[in-house]
Amino acid sequence: MRFVDEFRNAEQARALAARIAARCEPGRHYKFMEVCGGHTHTIYQHGLEDYLPESVELVHGPGCPVCVIPMGRVDDAIAIARRPEVILTSFGDMMRVPGGDGSFLDAKAAGADIRMVYSPLDALKLARAHPDREVVFMAIGFETTAPSTAVTVRRAAAEGLANFSVFCNHVTIIPAIKAILDSPDQRLDGFLGPGHVSTVIGCEPYRFIAERYGKPLVVAGFEPLDILHSIDMLLAQLEQGRCEIENQYSRVVPWDGNLTALKTLADVLELRPFFEWRGLGFIAHSALKLTERYAAFDAERRFAVPGVRVADPKSCQCGEVLKGVLKPYECKVFGTACTPETPIGTCMVSPEGACAAYYNFGRFHRQRLLEVTAR
Amino acid sequence: MCLGIPGEVVELHADRPDLAQVDVSGVRRAINIGLLEPGEVGVGDWVLIHVGFALSKIDEAEAKAAMEFLESIGQAYADELAALQSSTIE
Repeated sequence: MRFVDEFRNAEQARALAARIAARCEPGRHYKFMEVCGGHTHTIYQHGLEDYLPESVELVHGPGCPVCVIPMGRVDDAIAIARRPEVILTSFGDMMRVPGGDGSFLDAKAAGADIRMVYSPLDALKLARAHPDREVVFMAIGFETTAPSTAVTVRRAAAEGLANFSVFCNHVTIIPAIKAILDSPDQRLDGFLGPGHVSTVIGCEPYRFIAERYGKPLVVAGFEPLDILHSIDMLLAQLEQGRCEIENQYSRVVPWDGNLTALKTLADVLELRPFFEWRGLGFIAHSALKLTERYAAFDAERRFAVPGVRVADPKSCQCGEVLKGVLKPYECKVFGTACTPETPIGTCMVSPEGACAAYYNFGRFHRQRLLEVTAR
Repeated sequence: MCLGIPGEVVELHADRPDLAQVDVSGVRRAINIGLLEPGEVGVGDWVLIHVGFALSKIDEAEAKAAMEFLESIGQAYADELAALQSSTIE
């Protein structure tokens, strides 16, 4: 097929790899962070690190929304779900995320009415169908999913659905990138920017990374060749002494983002003064809550939530993995006590989490390497 | 949830301009198109869908490439499709 040829051609990948290798200055080590969990997934699945010279290192960033949910928020959601009148809804990815007192699945087994939905609009439909119950949607995700929550809240308001509310855990990507740039234990040479988040926010919000921190960023697509191409673009900038925000994924990402989505967001959601990120700690202005106008649909106002901060288990090193300081396999419990079936940390839960991606594909890949070298 | 899945618009509803019927790998479901410009998509156009919402219009080549990629990742896409199948947006 033409499309396969266009995007996954092994020859093109090798040609790009050769160009990448040629751009590397001898003796210099390059460290690039892929912010988005979707990129991490592609990198491991296709063994892209094997195409790169040893001097180019990819580190995995905080762009997995499930991974950055602190345990206390899971506990808060479960506290709401334990009320007999409540049906708590969330995306499938949330079900196995461990809180301080078990996961949604555990709470469900113990009798709480927790249901998986594909879309916040499905939660809204449940609210219409069960006027005698309180339907709460646990909203998670970066700017990719936040506009969907915003549209849903507007619909609920328009329909006067008084039994619907949102437990809002939406986070924003820019403060997380800034926290990583300010972190003293991380030295990066550039970023692969998140493709889908950028569809909404566009490319302008990244400008400070180039202008204030002197690091290049290339918004990247999700195909293996997209990622190699973006790495090549980053290296070209460094080689030519440029430091800019570039858009490799322009076939999907408009430079200015999605203005309709941004306007809807601004109407329904506003920045919280601060929010805790798993592993990164409290970051100012990094998460969203409902605006005063839609306060009636805010589950945190409707129900008393414990709001207790729960420390991560001592053995869990998700924080270091999320900041890119540790590789997944360098974590003490990786693949032993912590696996996708029985995760201790969030990075092992979502398919976009660095640990789950590494666990699922890393082993397979190493195995195949052994087979090939044994021939 | 974070996977953007491509769908082809197969039907629009005159009385509900915020909804569209799409086909994703043979699964037909309603999605919300209210985050796109009014009139931006028509029947036969492709969109990238996140949690039941079209976030951007894409061309067919991009849609096919994205689909190929998603089919190659296996379980995560199967889960997303199953979730879409369970969805009844109205």
